[in-house]
Amino acid sequence: MTDTTINPDEIAKFAAMADEWWDPTGKFKPLHKFNPVRLGYVRDKAIAHFDKDSTVRRPLEGLRILDIGCGGGLLSEPLARLGATMVGIDAGEKNIAIAKHHAEQSGLAIDYRATTAEALDATGEKFDVVLNMEVVEHVDNVPLYMKSCASLVKPGGLMFTATINRTPRAWALAIVGAEYVLGWLPKGTHDFSKFLTPDEISALCGRYGLKVVDKVGVVFHPLSDEWRQSRDLGVNYMVLAEKPQA
Amino acid sequence: MNGASFDIAIVGGGPVGLTMAVALGRSMKGLRIALIDRRPFSVPRDQRASAIAAGVRRIFVELGVWTGMAIGAEPVRQMKITDSGTGDISRPLFLRFDGDVAPGEPFAHLVPNQLVAETLLGALGPDVEIIAPAEITGFTAGPASARLDLADGRTILAPLVIAADGANSALRRMADIEVIAHDYQQSGLVTTIMHELDHEGTAYEHFRPAGPFASLPLPGRRSSLVWTEGRARAEELKALPLEAVAEEIEAVMGSTLGKVTLEEGLQSFPLRLQVAKSFTAPRLALIGDAAHVIHPVAGQGLNLGLKDVAALAEVAVDAFRLGLDPGAADALERYQHWRRFDTALMSMVTDGMVRLFSNDVAPVRALRDLGMGVVDRLPPIKDFLIRRAAGLDSRGPKLLRGLPI
Repeated sequence: MTDTTINPDEIAKFAAMADEWWDPTGKFKPLHKFNPVRLGYVRDKAIAHFDKDSTVRRPLEGLRILDIGCGGGLLSEPLARLGATMVGIDAGEKNIAIAKHHAEQSGLAIDYRATTAEALDATGEKFDVVLNMEVVEHVDNVPLYMKSCASLVKPGGLMFTATINRTPRAWALAIVGAEYVLGWLPKGTHDFSKFLTPDEISALCGRYGLKVVDKVGVVFHPLSDEWRQSRDLGVNYMVLAEKPQA
Repeated sequence: MNGASFDIAIVGGGPVGLTMAVALGRSMKGLRIALIDRRPFSVPRDQRASAIAAGVRRIFVELGVWTGMAIGAEPVRQMKITDSGTGDISRPLFLRFDGDVAPGEPFAHLVPNQLVAETLLGALGPDVEIIAPAEITGFTAGPASARLDLADGRTILAPLVIAADGANSALRRMADIEVIAHDYQQSGLVTTIMHELDHEGTAYEHFRPAGPFASLPLPGRRSSLVWTEGRARAEELKALPLEAVAEEIEAVMGSTLGKVTLEEGLQSFPLRLQVAKSFTAPRLALIGDAAHVIHPVAGQGLNLGLKDVAALAEVAVDAFRLGLDPGAADALERYQHWRRFDTALMSMVTDGMVRLFSNDVAPVRALRDLGMGVVDRLPPIKDFLIRRAAGLDSRGPKLLRGLPI
């Protein structure tokens, strides 16, 4: 380890928190349940767009992917296993420490940085794929944030945005249901007024030079206990946009 | 942790472990698979045959290995079940399962074990690394992978270890998984016979007080026999000259197949019902006999193991495709959930059949004859039983439905 200012007690704390993040039956269970559907979408669309071989173990080899708001690394690690060169950023130093700890344990080389999309964009770095998953509903200056995200995409690259629609049903399910009834998320996780509709996301993509090529809903099936893609964009949804070749 | 790293380690190179390796190799290119066994890999000297149910045959078809097995396979076109007391001369027929589960798809096939092993060994892909002979001395589940220690000092790392190492699974013991067991105080006897008359693709199941007696059709005028006897009686039979055993067999089968000659001496094995209390432990999944040993009465032992393969291969490949951890608790839970009910059902059905039929008390016989008569006259129940035994379920694993993973 090069950084000798890290306190051993802090490391132990992050290790415990990493275990919590990565326990599929623990506190972050809802996120683990949600993970396969968004990973599947990212994988399939990236393979199709970049003309990769879907039958191999590491189909995303050669792609540089940015995971914005990476948290403990729930998206970054699987995508690294699929062969992508991953950069994960999170504004929370704690999350980055947790993610680093876990990636090391998993034997995965992932470039985790405690920074923001705006700050990273200022450095001029570009990516084949930018993942903007479940972040936009938490940021204060949405246009600035979306502008930075779009700018981080290489010409010919992709941006995935996943968020929650601003509909009465989304309010009932994502706030009342998930936070108050089911207790899937801590109370106050989401603020309804910050939710964006698919049209608003599309308009922002267009304004910053991206072309929306696909929209898909994500719906929970209680009987099979899994999230699946759906045509219903009324609550959770994902938008895929591409940046035209220069 | 230092050691050779793999994506998956399979312990046990019997038909179930081999099918697992073929299924994983066929479903994803570049998957690093370790296949470990105590003995060197070679085609076993085994004269016996296994009944492969229709649904399970679809796994072999989908994996491209069925054509190799079909050469020596004999379709089971019908199944006749009789019930008889010790002294009865006639063999009244109580239940008859006819024909095919789907047009052109027989209920089951009898395939020589040697041919199964030979075909599967030949189908192992380039990504399978065979590590044998190798004795496993330790299993440790870590946060990102499990470690297997070998007696020669080597270590193997993989996020998921699959135990296909049989009824006395060493891995199951190392993972502290207990079993629920019942000893039937009986022995299973196995042999192959040649007979005078054609079997016409018929499997016979004679329920006798000492336990069930099954004859399964092999190519030509040959059949594979499996039956049960009390421990002492089994030893007596094994000590008899082959001609005398043939006479005993003719006495049980009546005139159905005519004169009988044994191709080989009797082999015996103790009968027990054994089900692991859990099919999984951290970074470990049990398949085949390591997970469950059921009574051979319905010929479902290997079929259950191959259904485990279909379920676990799909769970693992689904995880690998998304870059997820195949040994994580949620993946293992999905496998266990998928297989546990089917195993419990099959154990109960076969155990129930044994208890019900290994009984010479007149009222019990009257009751079961009534029950069989009812089943025989109600096509939906019969269909359900046939489809169940054939392994055909609509929401089952893809390989069992004849689809690629």
